[in-house]
Amino acid sequence: MKLKHEIPMHVMLLPGVLVTLIFSYGPMAGLIMAFQNYIPAFGMLKSEWVGLKNFTYIFNLPDVGQVVWNTVYIAFLKIVFSAVVTIVLALLIHEVTQKKLKRTVQTIIYLPYFLSWIILGAILRDMLAMDGIVNQTLGSFGIEPMMFLGNNALFPYLLVVTDCWQTVGFGTIVYLAAISSINPMLYEASVIDGASRLRQVWHITLPGMKPIIVLLLTLSLGSILNAGFDQIFVLYSPMVYESGDVIDTWVYRAGLVDAQFSIATAVGLFRSVVSFILISLSYYLAHKYANYRIF
Amino acid sequence: MVGKSSISRKLFVGCNTAFLLLFCAFCILPFVHLLALSLSSKSAASVGLVFLWPVEFTMKSYQFVLQKPEFLKSLGITVERVALGTFVNMALTILAAYPLAKEKKHFRFRTVYVWFFVFTLLFSGGLIPTYMVVSSLELKNTIWALIIPGALPIFNLVLLLNFFRGLPKEIEESAFMDGAGHYTILWKMYVPLSAPALATIGLFAVVGHWNSWFDGLIYMSSPTKYPLQTYLQSLVIETNSKILTKATAELLRHISDRTVRAAQIFIGALPVLMIYPFLQKYFMSGIVLGSVKE
Repeated sequence: MKLKHEIPMHVMLLPGVLVTLIFSYGPMAGLIMAFQNYIPAFGMLKSEWVGLKNFTYIFNLPDVGQVVWNTVYIAFLKIVFSAVVTIVLALLIHEVTQKKLKRTVQTIIYLPYFLSWIILGAILRDMLAMDGIVNQTLGSFGIEPMMFLGNNALFPYLLVVTDCWQTVGFGTIVYLAAISSINPMLYEASVIDGASRLRQVWHITLPGMKPIIVLLLTLSLGSILNAGFDQIFVLYSPMVYESGDVIDTWVYRAGLVDAQFSIATAVGLFRSVVSFILISLSYYLAHKYANYRIF
Repeated sequence: MVGKSSISRKLFVGCNTAFLLLFCAFCILPFVHLLALSLSSKSAASVGLVFLWPVEFTMKSYQFVLQKPEFLKSLGITVERVALGTFVNMALTILAAYPLAKEKKHFRFRTVYVWFFVFTLLFSGGLIPTYMVVSSLELKNTIWALIIPGALPIFNLVLLLNFFRGLPKEIEESAFMDGAGHYTILWKMYVPLSAPALATIGLFAVVGHWNSWFDGLIYMSSPTKYPLQTYLQSLVIETNSKILTKATAELLRHISDRTVRAAQIFIGALPVLMIYPFLQKYFMSGIVLGSVKE
């Protein structure tokens, strides 16, 4: 009886399970390429096994250290900078009492999140070009035009700022929900005690947001090896490989452009394993300290 | 909240409003600039006279773009992809979310399945092996390469299953009493009650398919099969590799590369700019309800 009751549910899951099995678990089997000298004509079964040779080769490449460093550095800056800006923005939006203004502001600042990096990148490339609108504006203050997207000193920070621009509005949703669930009695009590607005934010709002801040920061730890492929791919050029090349873009060029399948897979495997450890750790911490579960 | 209307309070409200409006301007002015550029004349655009208002207004760029076969072709592929892909995404997400939203005593294998899906969020085969799987299944150069590999978006699944779990259990129990099966309960009760969550994941599915470009780039071997965003990407990044036919050369006397590009990019952003404000009120509640657990 119980089984009969459950069969329709297995049937419902079947299409999703098949797709996931083939396109998510299938590629995991393909990771054995990392331990082979993979030659497409021979296929995975007949290619020569080389053990860890691909890994020793990679770690002796001169530019790999730089690529890993770029990835971690850019991802770290993005996490910290976005978190601060998002929290401040959420606090400021919450202070708006006019409903209509609040709604309008929210609608507009969520927008960039829904546009692809192709669109955003095209606009940024146009605006930041030597004859673009930004350089023209700077020019009217007597500042020499700059090659923003070809400058190694500026490029990582440009990535951080533009990433923040795209995601920050959307990020405020969760924080705003957290703020609005704080008990209003706390504010009333504090007013009677003579607390100023700023003290209310410091002693009530921020502590009330603390669990969600801790949770989101913990979870973002897992993405430290993900510095944002789309954005970098659209904005970078050989001129800024030195400061902007990250693991994902490197794998793309080595693997699909230069057809070094085994080498690129080995780098991908390294990234997946480290990410897996970090994500598992962050979920463990989130569960332990913030009582968070994914499902 | 209680607040006195002191002078400092008024000053804060004024500054806050001004700051937020400035922030909004930063979010929206780049698109206004793009639109203005696409509607300006060649000469005005090339000497950089265009800021937020078209200079020497002309629709020539749009005329040119809407006659351009590559552009229309890629637009057609994207429309097909969005329609087909969203349908597949929604169907698979709804079907999978229903059993996973059950409690363990009603569906013993729930935890096994959930871990099966969630594990893919934690660990993946990466770019190259995924590419090999898709090409060995001979999906390359077909629209299915853009749809099937991502047919079940796990993030949307988690969102919807959390929403389903928040629905009152009593409705379902009484339906079972009346002899309804799982499919009846799912389509007649869960789905109609989940409008905010479904609007949210629907929006994510539509926008996701509309915006995707990387799979088009790696799975399509010829630019004639590119979806719109991949076509735009090739336009933005590889600007040097275009072949001028006689007809386009004639047209390019009146319009510039820059205004044409702006027109194409703007059309690429337009559907999202149009649908998203209407769905926005749903996705806020959809996301918050789907992400908060008791």
